[in-house]
Amino acid sequence: MAATEAIAASDAPRSVMGEALRDAGLAGLVAFILFGSLVGLVTEPQQEKLVLTYQWEYALGLALMVAAVRFLLDVFVWRRVVPVAAALPQGLMRYKRALLTALPALYILGGVLFLIPSFREGFGALGGSAGFEGEWLSRITTGLGLVSIAISGLFVLITGMLAARLVRIFVSWTRPQAGQAQMALTPQSLTRDLMSELAPALLIIALVLPLLVAGPQQRYAMDTAVRVVTMIMLGWGLNIVVGLAGLLDLGYVAFYAVGAYSYALIATEFGWSFWVCLPLAGIFAAFFGVMLGFPVLRLRGDYLAIVTLAFGEIIRIVLINWQSFTGGPSGINNIPQLGFFGLPFNRSDTGFHAFFGLEFNSVHRIIFFYYVILALALFTNFVTKRLRRLPIGRAWEALREDEIACRSLGINTVTTKLTAFAIGAMFAGFAGSFFATRQGFISPESFTFHESALVLAVVVLGGLGSQIGVVIASIALIGSSEFFRDLEEYRLLIFGACMVLLMTWRPRGLVSTRTPSAVLNRPKPITADIVEGSRA
Amino acid sequence: MEYFLQQLINGLTLGSIYGLIAIGYTMVYGIIGMINFAHGDIFMIGAFIALAAIIGLASIGITFIPLALVAVLLIAMIVTAVWGWTLERIAYRPLRTSFRLAPLITAIGASIVLQNFVQLTQSARVKPLPPVVTGGYTVMEGNGFSVNISNAQLMIIATTIILMTIFSLIIAKTPLGRAQRACEQDRIMASLSGVNVNRTISLTFVMGAALAAVAGCMYLLYYGVIDFFIGFIAGIKAFTAAVLGGIGSLPGAMLGGMIIGLIEVFWAGYFNTAYKDVAAFSILAIVLIFLPSGLLGRPEVEKV
Repeated sequence: MAATEAIAASDAPRSVMGEALRDAGLAGLVAFILFGSLVGLVTEPQQEKLVLTYQWEYALGLALMVAAVRFLLDVFVWRRVVPVAAALPQGLMRYKRALLTALPALYILGGVLFLIPSFREGFGALGGSAGFEGEWLSRITTGLGLVSIAISGLFVLITGMLAARLVRIFVSWTRPQAGQAQMALTPQSLTRDLMSELAPALLIIALVLPLLVAGPQQRYAMDTAVRVVTMIMLGWGLNIVVGLAGLLDLGYVAFYAVGAYSYALIATEFGWSFWVCLPLAGIFAAFFGVMLGFPVLRLRGDYLAIVTLAFGEIIRIVLINWQSFTGGPSGINNIPQLGFFGLPFNRSDTGFHAFFGLEFNSVHRIIFFYYVILALALFTNFVTKRLRRLPIGRAWEALREDEIACRSLGINTVTTKLTAFAIGAMFAGFAGSFFATRQGFISPESFTFHESALVLAVVVLGGLGSQIGVVIASIALIGSSEFFRDLEEYRLLIFGACMVLLMTWRPRGLVSTRTPSAVLNRPKPITADIVEGSRA
Repeated sequence: MEYFLQQLINGLTLGSIYGLIAIGYTMVYGIIGMINFAHGDIFMIGAFIALAAIIGLASIGITFIPLALVAVLLIAMIVTAVWGWTLERIAYRPLRTSFRLAPLITAIGASIVLQNFVQLTQSARVKPLPPVVTGGYTVMEGNGFSVNISNAQLMIIATTIILMTIFSLIIAKTPLGRAQRACEQDRIMASLSGVNVNRTISLTFVMGAALAAVAGCMYLLYYGVIDFFIGFIAGIKAFTAAVLGGIGSLPGAMLGGMIIGLIEVFWAGYFNTAYKDVAAFSILAIVLIFLPSGLLGRPEVEKV
């Protein structure tokens, strides 16, 4: 008996290994068919004729890679044939502790790198002293440069969190609230649960960002920051529609386009100021939202998605073809740019720099635009947070969870959806008119389906309904696309693949809280104290 | 009159292509209730594989056109079916029990991946193919305008009719078709009765992708120019066709495809070309408002 058991035990892993091998072989075969058809065979136009080029070696290499990855995953992760997999979590825990102890050191390093620019440059030049030459040296220098930027970013973020925590402690001193103990100023109270300060820390950093990035790179950094904040604002706007009301809108960029064109047309035709046009653009966009929403909001979710997608395309086609009104494919030029309370950002003697006695610098304009979009985005966030506590906001969230239950409770689902649609569209309109005044030039090129997909990706990857999730996802998305600038042509491929992988890995998004915003008082534990308390 | 007839023939040809793609949407929607957003890109991949197959076969010396076309069709169908199967396996199966929007998001991601993958590997330039199927017949002649039907158009319409018949028979008569209809009605009950649900859904994707590959071949032979972006617009229009005909219904998809093709061709022929897509999309919105279950679809009963 014992002998047969031993044989069975030794047999079992082998047959599992065999299955893993067979799986890997199948995966390789499928991959070979897939890659062989599109990578192995390339049709190229040569001298008015298409010629087939064979690249079997690439297809074979890719297929072998897929088979190998599949085999390794099978053995170490899925089936866990090899005991290494079992030991891995423990090992990771040990590394986590080591990482936690290394964090203060990293923080100090970040501070040094951030505060003393020459150190940052020296950090990048480390590759040269390690004996690298030529192309590799430049690669390592850029790589180390990016690492030093990341470490300094970490330093800034943690400093922001500490600052936010300090502010909280001082507030608790000056305005003690009933039932809440005063926080002591000890290292423990400063650092405990620091992640909860993420949102205030990001706000503090956002407010002082132009000072943080001062230097030769300021212009580029602020330009990127404006793009990130615009994306955040669009994400917050779409979050009302998708995250709160649960309506999938694939044509969000259409409202962005409506806002941009309203501002551009009104400003160029009538010469009205930006601050007059901004609400108008919002109203126009909301009007379009109602116009689209009124007939189609009775539809079920998936149909709605396709109709909004079609609507986005219709708007784009109309923008391209209605030459006399929109300028057609060449767009609208010379859109008036926003000035600082009437002071233009140019070299003239009545400009911003002359009034404040500064030296002329084109960065001033970008910094001003940054604060404008930041204010608009914060306004969006503020309104959303307030709306979520109103009856309409609660109705949105209820609608997202269960439409039939909502209808049974007497909520008018069509008007509720319509409000969400209109308000989401309005914020897109605001962002659109900001885009028009920043660029000074717009064309239908900027409003393709790809933009809608990008905004939707931000909302979904951030976690539907989560405000901070949108911020993290926007920074990650635009930051990574700046980071991988060299891989320009692979960017969208990687982006799409990340969308698929993230969704299968965490279907609820990075920040996956979906608790309702409105709760009656506090969630109370049901214990004996309640009864005793009521008696007393 | 002659102009009208000519447009009718062109519209039916275009409609056949849309109908073939629409079947893929309607089958997948019927069985798992999701929009396979990447289906248009599967159609595009089918066209690229067909292009490679045509040139490959010509380079090894197969010049007898009917034989070559059948071979091209089979190669494209098989290889594209593998793409469809992989797509379902990677992007949709892990999310089958997740919330409703999740598979739609991965579908958008998959669509972006497929488009950019083809753009990277096959370059972004358009691929012109010299006409393979040439010749045609003059159906009618009168007041200086002759109505022509080309061999390519005849072939497209005939292939579509044959494939439609075969697939209708598969759905109606075979055990696979029975399993598909069972899964469509109640997936859990079907699995309790011994239907392999995973296999059935995979085969649905395979069938849809094979038909999309045929549509890709036809598109390539009819227009002679393809690029990596053809899948997007064709996909939306085919989906419109599926909704118009009543999603979940095979004859409905074909009928919807024909109607969309006719509308588009007539709009371009009698009004202007620029707004033909707008016309097709407006039809979608109007149909959904007044006839939410489409022309041949069953009205939906909401279960609580």
